[in-house]
This record gives sequence, C-alpha cells and structure tokens, in this order.
Amino acid sequence: MKHTLTALLQDRPGALNRTVSLFRRRGFNIESLSVAPSETPGLSRVTIVVDEPNIDRVVKQFTRLIEVVDVSETASRDAVERETALVKVQPRGVSTAELTTLGAAAGARVVDTNEAAMIFEITDTPDTVATFVNGMRELGLVAVTRTGRVVMPRGAVPLTIPTTTVPFTSQADGASDDVAA
Amino acid sequence: MTNATELRSGAQILCEALIREGVEVMFGIPGGAIMPFYHAMWEYRDRLRHVLCRHEQGAGHAAEGYARASGRVGVCVATSGPGATNLVTPIADAWMDSTPLVAITGQVSSALLGTDAFQETDITGITIPITKHGYLVTDARDIPRVVREAFHLASTGRPGPVLIDVTKDAQQSRVVPEWDVELDLPGYQFFSEPAPHAVHAAATLLAGSVKPLILAGNGVIQSGASRELLALAEATQVPVITTLHGKGAFPEDHHLALGMPGMHGWVHVNRAIQECDLLINIGGRFDDRVTGKASTFAPKARIVHVDIDGSEIGKLVRADVGIVGDARKVLRELLHTVAADAALLREGGRDDGRFRRRAAWLAEIREMQAEHQPRQAYAQRAHTTGLMPHDVYAALDASLRERRHGVRVITDVGQHQMWAAQLIEWREPRTHITSGGAGTMGFAVPAALGAALACPDDTIWAVVGDGGFQMTNQELATIRQERIRNVKVAIINNGYLGMVRQWQELFEGRRYSGTPLSGPCFARLAEAYGLLGVTVERTEDVGDAIALAQDHDDAVVIDFRVEREANVFPIVPAGRSIGEMITAHEPNDRHEQTQTFRT
Repeated sequence: MKHTLTALLQDRPGALNRTVSLFRRRGFNIESLSVAPSETPGLSRVTIVVDEPNIDRVVKQFTRLIEVVDVSETASRDAVERETALVKVQPRGVSTAELTTLGAAAGARVVDTNEAAMIFEITDTPDTVATFVNGMRELGLVAVTRTGRVVMPRGAVPLTIPTTTVPFTSQADGASDDVAA
Repeated sequence: MTNATELRSGAQILCEALIREGVEVMFGIPGGAIMPFYHAMWEYRDRLRHVLCRHEQGAGHAAEGYARASGRVGVCVATSGPGATNLVTPIADAWMDSTPLVAITGQVSSALLGTDAFQETDITGITIPITKHGYLVTDARDIPRVVREAFHLASTGRPGPVLIDVTKDAQQSRVVPEWDVELDLPGYQFFSEPAPHAVHAAATLLAGSVKPLILAGNGVIQSGASRELLALAEATQVPVITTLHGKGAFPEDHHLALGMPGMHGWVHVNRAIQECDLLINIGGRFDDRVTGKASTFAPKARIVHVDIDGSEIGKLVRADVGIVGDARKVLRELLHTVAADAALLREGGRDDGRFRRRAAWLAEIREMQAEHQPRQAYAQRAHTTGLMPHDVYAALDASLRERRHGVRVITDVGQHQMWAAQLIEWREPRTHITSGGAGTMGFAVPAALGAALACPDDTIWAVVGDGGFQMTNQELATIRQERIRNVKVAIINNGYLGMVRQWQELFEGRRYSGTPLSGPCFARLAEAYGLLGVTVERTEDVGDAIALAQDHDDAVVIDFRVEREANVFPIVPAGRSIGEMITAHEPNDRHEQTQTFRT
C-alpha cells in the first residue's frame, strides 16, 4: 500500500542521509523522494511516497530523527497531488508537428526542440504523467526525468507546522534519585 | 575559567563546554586528529579527568559503565579513522541499551574532508544507524551549542549515544566562545507526561484484572522509578517480573517479585506470562529474548505498554493501551488513579473478591515455582564433582546479601551472564549492569572500570566468561595505571565459548565447532599486570576467594575453573514460544534426554 508522507527537515548536513538511512535500515521501500526548500528558511520540505503496509510505524520512526520537525501523512482525496516530468522524444513514425499536437492534447508542452530530439514538460497528477510517459514510449521516447510526487492539502489546512523549541533541562535536573543508591 | 571575551581554541572551548555539562571524567585514546583537544585538556586536568584506555572499544564501554552506574552521561574520546571506528561497537551497544553516551572524535582538517586523507573515515556517516544523533563540527564557534545539544539529546527522552566529530582545524582555530546559545532542536520532542486518558484506560484494565502482571524494564531504572513501582505493586498486589535490564528495578526478595522472563526465564515466570489476563510493561521494549515468538506471547492478556519512545509501542507486541511517557511519571499517575483500589484492599471488608483472586493467582505461580526452580539451578549437579558455576553465584549472592549495599555487578555476554541474572538476588537499581540488546562480549571489564570511577566507594564485580575476558582484558592495564582498586574480576572459566557450545550441544548434535577455547593462566596474567590473581578449582575455596577479593585493597582477578559443560536452564529455543522451555538435558546419558515443559 502506497502512502504519501510530507515532512519538514532541518536543512543541516547529513539530515537527508539520516532520512534515507532510516528507511533503508527499517526496510521501508521508497517509491519517490522529493526535497526542496519550504516556506520557512532553514527547513526543507520532503515528500516521500513509501510502499509499506504499516504506515504508522514509518511515521513513528521518521519522527524520531532529530532533524525532522514534523511528519504527516497526506491522503490523496484531501490534497492536490502533482508531479512534473521532462520527456525527451526522438519522433518515430510521427512528425514533430503531430507529436506537438498529441502532447498538447495531453497537457504537455514542448520546452525544447531541434532536429535531433524534442523535450516535453508535463505537470499533472502522477497517474496522468505516467500515462503520458507510457504513451510516448511507442513514439520515440529516449529519456524521462520525473520529480516524484509533491502534495498540498486543500483548503486552509497547513501542510506541516514547525513545532516550538523544547525547553532546556540540564543533566543535573534530569538526574535520577537512584544515583546515590 | 578565563575571561569571557578572550580568544580560545576550539579545543579549549570543548573542554570548557564539557565542564559546563558537569563532566568530570572521560575515557579515551589520543591520536593525530584529536591532539589539539588533548593539548588543551592538560590545562583543565584538575577538573576534567582523562582515563587512558588500551583500546577505544574499552574507552567506550568504560564510558557506558560510568553512565549506567551513575545515571549521568558517559564520555569517550578517540581520534579519527581507526580510533573512531573502534568506538563503533560501544556506540552500537549504547544505542541498543539506551545508554546516555557522548562520543567525541577527532576528524581530519575541513580542507581535507572527502579526500581520503590519512586516518579519515566518515564516522558521522558510519554511525548514523546507531546514534540518536551526530554532529560534524567544522567551526569552533559551533562547539558550545553542539555540546549542549549533544548532552541534552543523550540524556533526555529515551537516552542514547550522540557523536561529536570535530575537525582538527575547528579544534585549533581561535574564537571568542558564545556560551549563551539556544538549543536549535525544533524537531526534538519527547513526552514525559502521560496522556490522562491513557492512564485512565490502563487503570480501568487493572481494576478488572484478576491475573495481572507487571513487566519492569530498563525504563524503570533509567527514570529512577523503583520506589513508584514498589508502591504500585504493593497497592494493587500485582506480581512483578523484571527483564534483564530491569534487574534491580524491583527488590527480588519481595513477596511480589517473580524473576526474569524469556529465553532463560524461570518456568513459573514464562508460565505466568502465558496465563496472565493483563500484562503491564513499564519501560521494556518486548525484545525477542523476552517474548520468544512474539505472536504466541501472552495470548490471554490485554497489554499495557508504557514507553518514553512512542515508536516502541506496538512495534513487536500489540498494545491494548499504549502510554507514551516517563516511567516514573506514568507510575505516579497510575498510583494516583488506582488509589481507590488500594483503599479497598486496606479496608479488607469491602474487598469485592478481586484481591483474593489476585492472591490465588500469586499462590498458583508460587506453586509452579516451588516445583520447578530448585531443579533448574542445579540441573547437572548429579554428574559432576567439580566446581559448578552455580557455586560461584551462590557465594557471590551470599556476599552481596551480607554487604547489603555498595556492591555492583557488571556482567558480559553468555552463559555466565544468564546465571548471574538468574542466581543472584537483585535488589537495587543500577547494581546489575550488562550488555543486553547488542550482546557485546568484552563489555564487562572496561564497563566495570567505568562504574568503579562513578562509584568509588562501591565494590564493582566484573563477572565475565573466559571468552569475553580475553576480548578486552588489556584494560587491566588501565585499571592498574589509574589505581582503580575497587574492581574485582570473576572469570567463569569453562574453556569454551559456553553459550554457543550449549546451543551446539542442545540443537546441533554436540558438534563443538569453533567453541573450545584456551587461554593463558589468568591469575598469572593478572600478576603480570601488577594485580592480585587467584585461581579457584574447588567448591570449598569459592567463599574464601570472594571474601579475599572483597577485602583486598586493590583490583583482583579470580579465575574460577568451572565444570566445562554446565548449561543454563531453562532455555527457550530461538524463535519458539516462551511456553516451550527445555528445563534439563542429560548429555552424559547413553540416550540423551531432554525434558521440556509446555504450557
């Protein structure tokens, strides 16, 4: 079962390494991963599509990472889901003009073209992007770069909210009464 | 400390930061990339003691022993490359056993990072899966914040190891330290205060239970909740079992104490788990050595799981009620909530029969115990006239009873560890310290020296097999050099890697592949290190040897040459239900007989 998780990650060296290492070690299968700066300076937004039946376990383990400020699962019905693909095609059995028309009908636009190849850009739901990419296979697709899924909840619901800094307690404060035993 | 606006090296700042965290002692070995720190350390040597170990693994375990005995953060130090990788084992050990540890490693200069420079290894990368967090410090100005965060992370919530890797140039560069820094940990949160509805739900289950059990784990010791646990057990008349790391959380001479569950748990304890209608796990993580085959564990019970780490709840065993919180705070809340029950018990006359049924439940468990436990301890007694390991534990136990306080025991990993857990009556928290989760052979001797420095007035016994002893016995030199007099080493020497041999005997047709083990004369080895060495081969000499070690005003090594093929019973075969225990095995009979017990 696929789930989409979004998290805010402190933009620190090693933070992404720790994230990926955790998913590997616990055997969580990552289908796609997208990382980019969020609206808050110093925090990156991570979108991970993970194929794992026990998503609660993934969320709990992911939350344990010190750099992870917040994790939430986003259900597709409550959110806008998008993915972008750049698709390079060397037209086969079709003309450049026909291909451009076909692409436009699918919502893809041509962002580069020359005698050797043309590049489409498509931004849509992941399923639609996949359909477009598959359709291009017969027509001369040579390379595809996909961003992976990104999501945004509908309405006023924020995606992920940074929590406040925890109050500092010194080691002495936390020391147990049994120390003297 | 010197003028606050004065320029200081990163290494000096690191020393001062450690002193500010209350660090008094650290364990380590210098090397090229950590030399600036050692250079600075000299200036602070009256406040910050450095103990030179003989191997970084020893330094790491010593810091763990210090932490486990004292409840404070242990600190170990190593240089880059092999120094740092030698710390990997104790860091992993601390991770598995939730031990607060800060490991400081030197790293090549920042300009050389990523170039495969001499003694460069990516220790922050290597330790990602076995640390709570890790830092690579390349700027001396970050040191005050990083040290503060590292100690905060290591010691709060579910404790664990934190790595601070400091490049050589960050140690050398001179800056004015900014001490008034905020922790920058927006993603770090832990919940000490339990949710009231969860506590209420647990109390409701408890009120309706006639066959309840409390399973106390490491969390009870870490949060200092022994008194609260005792109060709850007494108020509700619920029997208490303790995991390997929970040993000492509840006094085993108490009428409600049952002992240890799991792979080497007593029959009556495992039976009680399989029969109980409510299991309240406080601060244990349902390790497979406790549960056996998890799907068959406590089949009749509702489960209440209390843990400060929410990710543990439901990880291995379903929880009907999960309570995320500090064990002590949860126990206090539970006590408060069940106060009405307790009042019922005290008044007696208004007892609705529940407590009478609980008393019957305890009596039922005790009956089972009376039937099985005495046989288990001396299963092979009839076949040997030599020194049985059990005789050593009986004498140690007697010595501990006599002293009552001020004795701690550090065990290693293997048969001797399980016998110690089974055969010594544990009464106080932090008196039983062992490598549980990682099962690290070589833990005991260095951990004992760390514990000895944490508790200089106590006697620290390192009980260790001849296999584990030979993995880190070079730390006897550290014990000697540092004049650590209160460490007493008891080697349970059977000339085998005994636990593996036992499995080979029971499950692999006695093919003793790779397990027979020779060694030097350990008494003479001790003497070579300048310590007192004693060899004991006869049962009648055990008591005297232990008394001698207790009274001798220096470290002692006793080589107990025990029956070579004694076994730990009961044993639950790996991956099986804890209801299926092998309680005895007679290898000397023509027809091997294995007695099993099934619930």
